[in-house]
Amino acid sequence: MKDIKKNLVCFNTFDAKESWTYKTYREYGGYEAWEKIIRGELSPEEIIEEVKASGLRGRGGAGFPTGLKWSFMPRTVEGQKYLVCNSDESEPGTCHDREVLRNNPHTLVEGMAIAAYAMGATVAYNYIRGEFIEEPVPRFEAAVKEAYKHGLLGKNIRESNIDFDLHTFVGAGAYICGEETALLESLEGKQGKPRFKPPFPANYGLYGKPTTINNTQSLASVPSIIRNGAEWFKNIGVENAGGTAQFSVSGHVEKPGNYELPMGTSFKDLLEICGGVLGGRKLKAVIPGGSSVPVMPAANIMDCTMDYDSLQKAGSSFGTGAVIVMDESTCMVNVLRRISRFYMAESCGQCTPCREGTGWLYRMLTRIVAGQGEMEDITKLVEVANKIEGHTICALGDAAAWPVQSFLKHFHHEFEYMVKNKGESIVSVKNEVAA
Amino acid sequence: MIELSKKIKDKIDLLCERFPDDRKRSAVIGALHLVQHENKGYLTAELMNEVAEHLSLPTMHVYEVATFYSMFNTKPVGRHDVAICTNISCMLRGAEELVSYVENKLDIKLGESTADGKIFLKKEEECLAACCGAPMMMVDHHYHENLTKEKIDKILGDLD
Repeated sequence: MKDIKKNLVCFNTFDAKESWTYKTYREYGGYEAWEKIIRGELSPEEIIEEVKASGLRGRGGAGFPTGLKWSFMPRTVEGQKYLVCNSDESEPGTCHDREVLRNNPHTLVEGMAIAAYAMGATVAYNYIRGEFIEEPVPRFEAAVKEAYKHGLLGKNIRESNIDFDLHTFVGAGAYICGEETALLESLEGKQGKPRFKPPFPANYGLYGKPTTINNTQSLASVPSIIRNGAEWFKNIGVENAGGTAQFSVSGHVEKPGNYELPMGTSFKDLLEICGGVLGGRKLKAVIPGGSSVPVMPAANIMDCTMDYDSLQKAGSSFGTGAVIVMDESTCMVNVLRRISRFYMAESCGQCTPCREGTGWLYRMLTRIVAGQGEMEDITKLVEVANKIEGHTICALGDAAAWPVQSFLKHFHHEFEYMVKNKGESIVSVKNEVAA
Repeated sequence: MIELSKKIKDKIDLLCERFPDDRKRSAVIGALHLVQHENKGYLTAELMNEVAEHLSLPTMHVYEVATFYSMFNTKPVGRHDVAICTNISCMLRGAEELVSYVENKLDIKLGESTADGKIFLKKEEECLAACCGAPMMMVDHHYHENLTKEKIDKILGDLD
């Protein structure tokens, strides 16, 4: 395996003893970029151009170019504008924002300050999922406090005429609030139900004001880009995917963990870094970007590099960089049933295809697992998924459909086997033979 | 607790300072967290009404939030909140077996509290974003990762 550099951007302080403190962050060049801006050495236009040139794409799942998103804000229009950070990390398999919040919160504080300044926003909220209340929230809030103490946040910062106030908002448990307009509703104190778009948040966002919502990792990457230059960041990654990715590798690997590696790292190298498949067993399938993206059989992912284009070409998606590894002992019917329950539980209920459809999917899969499935259920699963996909306000409907479509495309025989054998899994037979 | 203490009201007011003056509704979620924490882990209609009054909101604005978000309980629950994640990464690492183990050990099902009012076993907990430490569970907001039956025995045994 070639030498792969780790922890270049968001995890750059991780080898320090107390990686989360102001002191440590400064030792790693922290706040140099923000101080340059405070001194008036970098204009908002220059910042946006730099971020555009860096090739940074939204790390929350959609992969939209961050600099371009920033340019949509009506920066020069009078009135309050907002920046919101989406730390409502809840895509199954994903747990790297938690690492940033706990172990390098200052890079997020600085990234938010830079982003807000570039877009003409003077107030920002970091929306953190409620379950993070014990450790990530206090760590982040302590970092904000330190930044205020050192005169890096507040009104007329170091007499620069720049105002920037940063607040934390703690959620209360709802996957849907990771959807940006549901998150805004939640910030306004309402149920997290996605809004119709248009209007887009850049025009009508929080409290009806122009707002940009960015993911934790996207914002946490910004200070390094400004400090080291767009070229530096771009060159870490590959074409169409600048910088690093934080891979949350979970499931059947020897060393599950969060690994910050260059975009475009090969899947083989990633698997090797994680110590290979658990117990030396054979790899069966991988969900490469959180439970919402299509599953890939081992053969399809083996030659992929981990970036947007490569995974898309191979029939899946980069998603959140949450790599869920499944070995040969995994029953794909059971896994899909569990995934379907999640989307049923988390559907906000406002669109009929999603509210009703996710329940249908889960109940049909439960029936199959209980040994009461019919062959026509298998066809119906895909039919129902197709009727949800593209017919809802937000992408949760699509996220519920894609696993069903892809599991049935690649592992149809496992579903057939279970229906024919009254609930017996194809792997239980294989596992018995192996034993 | 049947009415909000002065301490809670002060904390809610402090929370309101994060939002524009005419946007107190944004403080509902934070206020309910505070109230639930003070009231042994659950909310009552009376307390929700008090929150509404304090924030000058229709009561429905508070009820609809309390019933939408999974961290709020609107019925009495055991003192300690135990939530075992069973989502895919944890499932692949044996979470379902651990759920059965805990159910048997405590002699309750998911969604129930023990008869002595000590432990509430949260129903159908979804991904808590600690997938690389699977299987995991959250006990009173504290994350416990890389669980085994022995670890669970110790964690539950240490609860008062």
